[in-house]
Amino acid sequence: MVIEIAKPRPLWQILFSTHHTDVALLYLITSIVFLMLGGALALTIRTELLTPGTTIIGDADLFNRIFTVHGTTMLFLWVLPFISGVGNYLVPILVKYKDMAYPRLNAVAYWMAVPGAALIWLGWSDTTWMAYPPYSTMRAAGPAADMWIFGLKILGLSSILGAINFIVTILKCKHPDLPMMKTSLFVWSILVTSMMTLAALPTFTAALIMLYTDRLGVSGFFDPARGGDPIAYQHLFWFTFHPEVYIFLLPAVGMAYELIPKFSRKPIFSYGSGVIAFVLLSIIGFASWAHHMLATGLTFTEKTVFMIGTLAAVPMSAMHVFNWMATMWGGRIKFAAPMKFVIGGIMLFFTSGAGGVVNTTLPLDFITHDTYWVVGHFHMMLMGTVSFIFMGFLYYMFPLITGRMYSERLANVHFWFAFIGTALVFTAMHIVGLYGMPRRVWDYVPDPTIIALNQIATIGAYLIGIGMAVFIALLIRDSVKGKPADMRDPFGIGEIYYDYRRREPHH
Amino acid sequence: MGSHVIYEWIYVGAVVSLLIWVGAEAWYGEKLLHEVPKDHITIKVTGQQWFWTFEHPDGKREVGTLHLKAGKVYKFEITGKDVIHAFNIPHFAVMIDAVPGRINTIWVKIPEDAVGEYLIQCREYCGLLHYNMRANLIVEA
Ligand code: HEM
Ligand SMILES: [Cu+2]
Ligand SMILES: [Cu+2]
Repeated sequence: MVIEIAKPRPLWQILFSTHHTDVALLYLITSIVFLMLGGALALTIRTELLTPGTTIIGDADLFNRIFTVHGTTMLFLWVLPFISGVGNYLVPILVKYKDMAYPRLNAVAYWMAVPGAALIWLGWSDTTWMAYPPYSTMRAAGPAADMWIFGLKILGLSSILGAINFIVTILKCKHPDLPMMKTSLFVWSILVTSMMTLAALPTFTAALIMLYTDRLGVSGFFDPARGGDPIAYQHLFWFTFHPEVYIFLLPAVGMAYELIPKFSRKPIFSYGSGVIAFVLLSIIGFASWAHHMLATGLTFTEKTVFMIGTLAAVPMSAMHVFNWMATMWGGRIKFAAPMKFVIGGIMLFFTSGAGGVVNTTLPLDFITHDTYWVVGHFHMMLMGTVSFIFMGFLYYMFPLITGRMYSERLANVHFWFAFIGTALVFTAMHIVGLYGMPRRVWDYVPDPTIIALNQIATIGAYLIGIGMAVFIALLIRDSVKGKPADMRDPFGIGEIYYDYRRREPHH
Repeated sequence: MGSHVIYEWIYVGAVVSLLIWVGAEAWYGEKLLHEVPKDHITIKVTGQQWFWTFEHPDGKREVGTLHLKAGKVYKFEITGKDVIHAFNIPHFAVMIDAVPGRINTIWVKIPEDAVGEYLIQCREYCGLLHYNMRANLIVEA
């Protein structure tokens, strides 16, 4: 129990603490706040697209800024801080160590995220979350774009510090009696994604500096008039961010491995297969980045290589799904909120995986690329799978964090609104993409089918919105008023809950 | 549990075979698309914030409208003037980026019976009026 609500601690004690559970709590609260802010922007976008022409946003400039901040927020201020939050809570507990390896560095990494977030939200850039030059270097308005560059730079550094801390904690501080091959698969997921972060992120860090000097006019890395090449940026960007999509996904996969055996009351089907799939994917994940660039004019050979690289990563995801299904098979499943969200997440994982295969199938990418299809694809993954499993896991950790139990009834309402809404929005987006609707547009052709599909998407988004409103109300109400949880087995599944320990003294 | 792991291998084998098949089909399809038929007509396409310019082989230029003939094969040579755009005719699945400093090519055979008007649009974000960077394709008999 960390925020002892019954016996509150002064806020500054949590803010200045370096204890892993306190830093974790800060990360989690930050991520949920940004989930809500990013969600509000998403509802604004969907409302604008409810009808062709102006619905609520008067001009495209504001619209472009809104979707840029939405995307940047969801990826870097919701998904990544949430992973750091859960990792901070659980990795030390699961490797049986008293804290993270470098507690002060840990707090520093968290506090770096704060100015990073502030730069993004105060700057309000319109570069899209990918900031492709020459738009971002020659046309995008300052200081917004510059603030975005510095914001991402700081967030990137914070990620790298966090990754180093996790790797050292897992490899060096793990209890000697606990062999690596008996460590929780969630710990494995954090280990491989931290290593991927170290390998992938420096490239983008360099690209950001190049963007900035190009913006200042002192270099022309991406300017063809000065001998540069705008496509070079895309290679640097996707070399980081294709692996990064697995950095978003794998911790969710690890959380699913934590939950599924417990809630199926059966041991995991194959621990070894989970480890193999993690490790292989963390390597093969680096061989597919240019599948985001199939329409930039790559040669036939390049396209073939990256298609093979992309398809080669699919069996690993398929192995995880098999492992989960086989674990659930014949189990006595308890359908509490964490398990519902995981099962919903797995169902949506199929759609996005199949959609991804279509995207990389060379001649088909010319139909899907940069349309709403792609928006449907990655949201199915990032909302439908990643965010679903995250929210489920937050329910699972709720007693650990608050010492109280959440209301299962409200959580059920949250789940069904979110699930139906997600299926509606992102399926409609896939289809409207096939009708040729480009992504990142403030207005669309007033064709009856396109209008109808956009309206279905908007209704779905509102359903998610209702679900999220219930979620936030539940979190606030039940962390103050929920009934005290049974800390040994809060879900009544006959499993020992996380090693419940009193906070250790401050460092 | 151990002996059940065989099922997982069978399943992985099935997934891998399926992917190899999809990959091979895709590779073959792309290869066919790669070879531009000999008797094509070349159109130069330039994208800039926020309109399209087309240049016919005889030097005739059009802005915002493109006239093509049904039944002919066209090769587009596409570039961008300021930022990256993407030249897209959704109806004929023509789509490739218009990148400053590069010329990308793509070809299409307009079917005999395709006389009519079609949408040309930009599919890569290019700033303020990206949503409205459209042109008209008029296919004549
Ligand atoms: C079965 C596995 C997957 C395959 C085969 C796959 C394939 C692809 C391909 C080919 C694209 C490029 C589409 C285009 O722009 O034309 C794409 C886009 C994208 N994918 Fe996936 N993907 C898979 C899983 C994932 C996962 C796990 C995530 C994240 C957790 C993800 C997130 C994204 C994102 C964010 C984009 C769009 C980026 C952007 O343009 O803004 N995908 N995917
Ligand atoms: Cu990718
Ligand atoms: Cu555009």
